[in-house]
Amino acid sequence: MTPAVSFQGVSRHFGAVKAVDALSLDIQPGEFFAMLGPSGSGKTTCLRLIAGFEQPTAGSISIFGERAEGVPPYRRNVNTVFQDYALFPHLNVLDNVAYGLMVKGTGKAERHKAAEEALALVRLPGYGARRPGQLSGGQRQRVALARALVNQPKVLLLDEPLGALDLKLREDMQEELKSLQKALGITFVFVTHDQGEALSMADRVAVFNEGRIAQVGAPQDIYQKPATRFVADFVGSSNVLPPDFVQRWSGQKRWGSLRPEAIRVNLGGGAKGNEGVAARLVATNYLGATTRLALDADGLRLHATVPAGSALPREGEQVTLSFNRESLHLMEEGA
Amino acid sequence: MRSDRNASAPLPLKVAAACGLLFLHLPILLIFVYAFTTEEKTFQWPLPGFTLQWFGVTWNRPDVWSALSLSVRVAAISTLIALVLGTLCSAAVSRSKFFGRETISLLVILPIALPGIITGIALRSAFSLTDIPFSFWTIVLGHATFCVVVVYNNAVARFRRTSGSMIEASYDLGADGFQTFRHVVLPNIATALLAGGMLAFALSFDEVIVTTFTAGQQQTVPIWMLEELIRPRQRPVTNVVAMVVVMVTFLPILLAYYLTRDGDQIAGSGK
Amino acid sequence: MSVQATLPTRQAPAVLPSSGGMRGALSDLFWRRPRVLLLLMLAPPLLWLGIVYIGSLIALLLQSFFSIDEFSGLINRQFTLKTYGDLLQAANLDIILRTVTMAALVTLASAAIAFPIAYYAARYARGRWKALFYLAVMLPLWSSYLVKVYAWKLILAKEGILTWLLAKVHLGWLLDGWLALPYVGGSSLSVSATGTFIAFVYVWLPFMILPVQASLERVPTNLIEASSDLGASPGQTFRNVLFPLALPGIVAGSIFTFSLTLGDYIIPQIIGTSRLFIGQAVYAQQGTAGNIPLAAAFAVVPIVIMGFYLWGAKKLGAFDAL
Repeated sequence: MTPAVSFQGVSRHFGAVKAVDALSLDIQPGEFFAMLGPSGSGKTTCLRLIAGFEQPTAGSISIFGERAEGVPPYRRNVNTVFQDYALFPHLNVLDNVAYGLMVKGTGKAERHKAAEEALALVRLPGYGARRPGQLSGGQRQRVALARALVNQPKVLLLDEPLGALDLKLREDMQEELKSLQKALGITFVFVTHDQGEALSMADRVAVFNEGRIAQVGAPQDIYQKPATRFVADFVGSSNVLPPDFVQRWSGQKRWGSLRPEAIRVNLGGGAKGNEGVAARLVATNYLGATTRLALDADGLRLHATVPAGSALPREGEQVTLSFNRESLHLMEEGA
Repeated sequence: MRSDRNASAPLPLKVAAACGLLFLHLPILLIFVYAFTTEEKTFQWPLPGFTLQWFGVTWNRPDVWSALSLSVRVAAISTLIALVLGTLCSAAVSRSKFFGRETISLLVILPIALPGIITGIALRSAFSLTDIPFSFWTIVLGHATFCVVVVYNNAVARFRRTSGSMIEASYDLGADGFQTFRHVVLPNIATALLAGGMLAFALSFDEVIVTTFTAGQQQTVPIWMLEELIRPRQRPVTNVVAMVVVMVTFLPILLAYYLTRDGDQIAGSGK
Repeated sequence: MSVQATLPTRQAPAVLPSSGGMRGALSDLFWRRPRVLLLLMLAPPLLWLGIVYIGSLIALLLQSFFSIDEFSGLINRQFTLKTYGDLLQAANLDIILRTVTMAALVTLASAAIAFPIAYYAARYARGRWKALFYLAVMLPLWSSYLVKVYAWKLILAKEGILTWLLAKVHLGWLLDGWLALPYVGGSSLSVSATGTFIAFVYVWLPFMILPVQASLERVPTNLIEASSDLGASPGQTFRNVLFPLALPGIVAGSIFTFSLTLGDYIIPQIIGTSRLFIGQAVYAQQGTAGNIPLAAAFAVVPIVIMGFYLWGAKKLGAFDAL
């Protein structure tokens, strides 16, 4: 199957800054794809490369098999939901949504009908006569979504779409976006720095670091089997274990990761040989359903989460840690 | 500075501020009164009597009408040129960072930053060097040059408030460069351009110093007035014209203020 | 939540062809080469200002190095410093000195009158009043320059409103006494140096108010309150706190009042004595005398003075208040 978006060795350099560096990636049609990474990792530049606002310094980009380098944004059947929504303040909501159809030469009655339908789709029916300035942040975001969807893009790009919303609204919108994407079957590519958002919404996630992709995969894989120390560190809160430590348990001298919930904390010290790890409790952090423990195992800082109500050691006390070997994940990086 | 919540201004300050404002406004009001005087030869006060006859006399003066016509034509053409040049320049400066941006801003502001007489004598020197005879277009050349800055300042202030992603959004939705300009850029800067255009018109309509160097024998309204001030023929006619000039320049200024009051201020200063 | 997918799916290409024609091609070109568009946008204003304005300034400078043939009255287009030599005659130096003195006095007086207005507007005027204050300064600033000068001609005339007003309050003797003084006096205020001074102050005052107000807006109120809390008298607060903070604004305003006075030739011509100012000299030399080289050399004087003035103002941080 032709990928919806395909990057082949794409670089985008700004002077000495390598915003995107020799990156290859395929996004499948109908996929909900997340680009996750800290700011400056190149994820937004990737989005702008797909939209056409940036041109690759090297490499090639194709959208549904068609080469896109040198094609201006207005000739790409791709639409964007901007981080600040970028609604046109001089147009009312209906004309904002109908803008794309208007510049394509669609008649007034027809484009207004389509815009009304798109507004109904984002649950803002009857808001057409209002000005963008009269809407709340959440409503503006829906208008921006309707304005993009009304053009029936082959790919919809979303740049930190939920960043400006408060927590409750953000959770609602996450669900809504996901069911919208399922129903429409359009390829969604969205950029976020929030790993929770990426993991909960996307079919696949690409984790960006310094202009390159550190790992691509399903959310569970990213979460449970991080490929690099960066991914383990950035996505969630895995313990990163150094090669020497990993070698004791698996025989391989490679970096490893261990989920905090996979660690069992036994009261009392005196770990022997390979049966447990001696550690000292440094701090406890009550999180509601669980409690997070910060531990010091002979200079190695580890975190463990235990269910609320477990018997807890006191801070400063010696404990013994144990875990199943299967839960120790070996990363790609060697010593 | 934030206001003191309960303190009001001390009396001497109030009085000084009020006197200052009266000083600024009373002389202009006085012009309105003198337009109705019956005294023909002197500036006698109190006015010996009130009459409306000078409005009729002025109405029938062909020299006033031809000066007015020249001023309006010069101001209209200069404003048009200033609108095109000022908009292009502000769009270029706001749209991208490039080497020499500061220099361009300075270049645009220079014609009003330097005293008018320098712009005037410089143009005069150039016309003399290149043997260009005085004409309607030599006046326009000077006026358009110092009107650009007014349009430029207004447009730059508006561009600064216009989000860049709006233009990207337009491209993204399928509009090419021309459509984006027509449907997004222009509507967003229209009121700023209108304000800038009106101020440019007022500036040109009122300009006298540069004009005396570029007009030759032609008379714009200010040059006509200047002539009357130096060699008075019928003083009350001058009074009437002065009053009309004040009203003609007030309207565009007030309109420009209302067009730009939320956000950018009327940018730049005159002369 | 259920979403009804009402949008019909469409078999559209992912990349659309160029819309064709001149417009499509141009639009694509500008998008691909933004520098081309930038250049096209900059070219008309830069060519205009470069040729018309900078070209003229260069012409001005050139002319000042030419000289006039005293017999034929024609301009001799050969490089010479003779014209600048003529400029240094005592009569001309007198004109320069008179103009600079006037500019300095006008600047000081403008600052003194502008300060209370600017201070009130910055510190006490709120909301509607603030807008009103702003308009009250903007309208005189933008209203017709000649009409403003003319208004003072009316006011200062011997038979005018000021003489009448002073007589009414029995202060006519004060005016007569003042007019009897050398240098500042004359047969009436409208033909005296005092009249010139008043008209200058009036016409340039708004140019002083706006930057002073802008700089006072930036003084935090609590600084003034702190000063009076520490026991300073209003006078001390003004001298030690307010004035130093408002100084950049005053200097910025003084650039206008100083420069505009240096270059003006209409006010002293209409209201004032027969003694010339730089502007009048420039005008007279290029007009009746037909000596454009000397006019040009005279015009270089304010440019040089303003050059020094701006250099000094920059050191005082005046440009932040513009």
